[in-house]
Amino acid sequence: MIIDHPLLGPRDSAEFTYMGDARLIDRPNPNDTDAAATFFDYAYLRDNPAGWHRELWFHEAGDRSWLVVTRNTLTHEISKVELARDVARAQGRSK
Amino acid sequence: MTQKNRIEGGQIDRDANLKFTFDGQTYHGHAGDTLASALLANGVRLMGRSFKYHRPRGPLTAGSEEPNALVQLRSGARQEPNTRATTAELFDGLTATSQNRLGSLSFDLLAINDRVSNFLTAGFYYKTFMWPKAFWEKVYEPIIRRAAGLGSLSFQDDPDAYDKGFLHCDLLIIGAGPAGLMAALTAARSGADVILADEDFRMGGRLNSETFGIGDDAGADWAAQTVAELTAMPNVRLMARTTIIGAFDHGTYGAVERVSDHIATPMDGKPRQILWRIYTQKTVLAAGAIERPIAFNNNDRPGIMTASALRSYANRFGVAVGHRTGIFTNNDDGHRTAADLYAKGVKVTVIDPRPDAPRSMDYEVLAGAQVTDTMGRLGLTFVQVRLSDGTDRTIECKALGVSGGWNPNVHMTCHQQGRPAWNDALAAFVPDALPVGMIVAGAAKGDLSTAGALVGGATAARAALDLKGRMPKLPQAEDAPVTVTPFWYVEGASRAWLDQQNDVTVKDVKLSHQEGFKSVEHLKRYTTLGMATDQGKTANMGGLAIMAELAGKTIPEVGTTMFRPPYTPVAIGALGGRHRGQDFHPKRLTPTHAWAEEQGAVFVEVGNWMRAQWFPHAGETTWRESVDREVLATRGSVGVCDVTTLGKVDVQGADAAAFLNMIYCNGFAKLPVGKVRYGLMLREDGIAMDDGTAARMAEDHFVVTTTTANALPVYRHMEFVSQCLVPDMDVQLISTTEAWAQYAVAGPNARRVLEKIVDQDISNDAFPFMACGDVTVCGGLRARLFRISFSGELAYELAVPTAYGDALIRRIMEAGAEFDITPYGTEALGVMRMEKGHAAGNELNGTTTAANLGMGRMVSTKKDSIGAVLSRREGLNQSDDLRAVGIKPVDPADKVPAGAHLMAAEGPVDAAHDQGYVTSACYSPNLGHHIALAYLKDGSNRIGETMRLVSPLTGVDVAVEICSAHFIDPEGERLRA
Repeated sequence: MIIDHPLLGPRDSAEFTYMGDARLIDRPNPNDTDAAATFFDYAYLRDNPAGWHRELWFHEAGDRSWLVVTRNTLTHEISKVELARDVARAQGRSK
Repeated sequence: MTQKNRIEGGQIDRDANLKFTFDGQTYHGHAGDTLASALLANGVRLMGRSFKYHRPRGPLTAGSEEPNALVQLRSGARQEPNTRATTAELFDGLTATSQNRLGSLSFDLLAINDRVSNFLTAGFYYKTFMWPKAFWEKVYEPIIRRAAGLGSLSFQDDPDAYDKGFLHCDLLIIGAGPAGLMAALTAARSGADVILADEDFRMGGRLNSETFGIGDDAGADWAAQTVAELTAMPNVRLMARTTIIGAFDHGTYGAVERVSDHIATPMDGKPRQILWRIYTQKTVLAAGAIERPIAFNNNDRPGIMTASALRSYANRFGVAVGHRTGIFTNNDDGHRTAADLYAKGVKVTVIDPRPDAPRSMDYEVLAGAQVTDTMGRLGLTFVQVRLSDGTDRTIECKALGVSGGWNPNVHMTCHQQGRPAWNDALAAFVPDALPVGMIVAGAAKGDLSTAGALVGGATAARAALDLKGRMPKLPQAEDAPVTVTPFWYVEGASRAWLDQQNDVTVKDVKLSHQEGFKSVEHLKRYTTLGMATDQGKTANMGGLAIMAELAGKTIPEVGTTMFRPPYTPVAIGALGGRHRGQDFHPKRLTPTHAWAEEQGAVFVEVGNWMRAQWFPHAGETTWRESVDREVLATRGSVGVCDVTTLGKVDVQGADAAAFLNMIYCNGFAKLPVGKVRYGLMLREDGIAMDDGTAARMAEDHFVVTTTTANALPVYRHMEFVSQCLVPDMDVQLISTTEAWAQYAVAGPNARRVLEKIVDQDISNDAFPFMACGDVTVCGGLRARLFRISFSGELAYELAVPTAYGDALIRRIMEAGAEFDITPYGTEALGVMRMEKGHAAGNELNGTTTAANLGMGRMVSTKKDSIGAVLSRREGLNQSDDLRAVGIKPVDPADKVPAGAHLMAAEGPVDAAHDQGYVTSACYSPNLGHHIALAYLKDGSNRIGETMRLVSPLTGVDVAVEICSAHFIDPEGERLRA
């Protein structure tokens, strides 16, 4: 597969390490009253869809960016590649 | 021996005489021959024995789709089984042997299988060799393996090199027949970067095997001229002898280039084969079509082949397989073979089941006739024909060309889940859904005429590259329509071979249907139709057609099995490339490696690193002697160990302390500059991930260490936290593991040694336990000093830029000489950390919590950190949870091996009564007996208890005493000395 890195352009997927569901960005708030439950979901429950999936890839043999890659798990079509840091900011993870 | 079947013409170099052997017999052929064409020229039709029935077989084809003519090439370490004689390029000195026989090829003892074939039908092995169960492995399987099977391996190391390479282009063209050449010409003239790959050693595809012309030239000449023009263009890479093996994601193609298969041994410095990964924007698939046979009784005798193969041998290789030849065809293309052979002086009879078969003035055509059987034990002698009036006639012939029509070669179009579509006019599957970026042209698309191929190739290239302007004028070529009447097998045929490689007959398909294996995937697995090296390229269609007829369905309703890469078999050597033996994965050397080699160190591989395991002295006969000496010498005076391999991560930025607070369960915000702290990292599920130290070099600068094995994952995790969880923290990370050479100097004399090296004051007051700082060594070299101790002794870790690592170890040894400084390896390191009770990878084994490690209170409740929330789960905080303890044998002579389990002194020994297990164990030379670290239920409250340590598997059962894990200096006085 070719991943179109937002900073470096198209790179072979062999340069990356895969981590799976990009929902890992949405780490719950540890101060919430139901933190035990939300962290349990966060740590153990992932979607594994047949179709479009937002997932985390680490450019380990490259610039060490974490990317959010929107990929169709049935066809391997990639529709969007974003810097995970931008996604995290957009999802309100700024301090 | 004379080449009795050699005739005029062809693209062989008759001046280049090549000598070769087959089964020990010497023959001659010419440059441009394949092994099959050269053997056929010499009158040799018998080239192998079939897989199951050991029936005599010759080539069915003249290409890579060949199911029968599998031979062993070369000898010795280069011996290569199961190669296709039809693609093996002849070279001088080639040795080939037949395979899958017991005895000689012409008298194969295992041909008895053919006589008992009534029992050896599909599913025979499944049904028969089921009982008694124990017989399968010991009796049945070895016999079956001996009888069935193909060639054999040399069992020697392959002496040749295999390489991998990467190529990029605008347009990849697969196949250099008329469509591929025209596509290449069109694309290349536009200036695009083009790769043209063809599995054959001579480009041109079918043009080399046909007599008709293109424009004013013979087809083969036009191909040669086009190849010459393309060769001269700098933007074109022509890759002959290169098979595209698969269409992978996003325009990535795999290719195997056979660089040296056509010569006896590779030229100096050249690999045998190269596995290419080709990245392309667009692809034109011009892989042509494959002629399919018709099934009739005994249709597998040597001399019976596809009609197009007979035509190839005659036109391209100058070989008439038989001077009397029959053609059995259901389509007009078969008549072409007849015409070509007749023109070369061969006596031809055409048997065509169509009542309206075209007539000929030159040769006999039996319209409405069918071949019902054949004769000839080791090669065809007669065919039996049922004429249109129902009478039988026997025709003498040495060769029979069979044509059931052509199958477009859709293989590569299906590698991305595509399925082909049925085309009634061709009675064949044609490409439908395609991989992204692929365009199909020529016969592969179903355009079976030469003119269609030329137009298709040019059109495909223009579409792929989005070329504007007028279509160039293409040369004139034949444009005959396809006329075919589907005809798959002769009525009443049963021992009629569909898949010659797997010995699958019409009868087997009927049996499969009868027994309920009706879907194509079941049919394939029950009968093995379409398996093995040829993957049914000539066989599948016949099987599908018969299954469709039996099931009362149409062929497209029955469908095809999946086409998967590789297109043709790929040697494991090519897939491995240079990654074999010592080079299987990278080897990392520490800065002291050369020095340690000089000391005669024994090395061990740790996470790709080669670390010194111990340093044997003269006279030491066991590793234990060396390790015991190293431990005692270090604790007695001073020792030095290379700890460079521990992961180092530089953490800088205004939020560096806040960031460490996030990744470590214990607090770092208040750590003063110039101090080191032990840190424990948890995973988000609350389980310990890794441990190490973090040294605060400045307000906004920490140096974090990780274990050797986890250096990469921990760094990855830290980047994840930084980028994904706290994206706006001001923190920068970089791995500096390789940048610093770091040595532990440990023992009561450690300070005295380092005082001679470090330029600054390192007295206990100036540089106390857990101090750190930037220093200089040897009069000015920048260095980092950490007063940390894994061994439990007074110890320092000193780091210098890696380039100075070798010099520093020599200087330390020099400075330590007066204290008898002793280098120690990873074994002594392990012994000393166990004596001190320090956890390592065995304890942080992916199942243990901070509480298990006895560090439960380290998990701060005052701040958020990764894993903190889930570490507080009820299930991980039970009163009888495992706790780290020490273990010593009641009888000092006993061993306490790792992996053994703890049981109560009295009571049953079983899993239900398991109390804990030993994680690390060693002999302690300081204590004079074995010691171990273990996890024990409620262990911290059981110190002093006597228990049984058992390992029923290895017969261990010893009495042990539970004790503190801190065997040596539990008060930590040595650390602070």
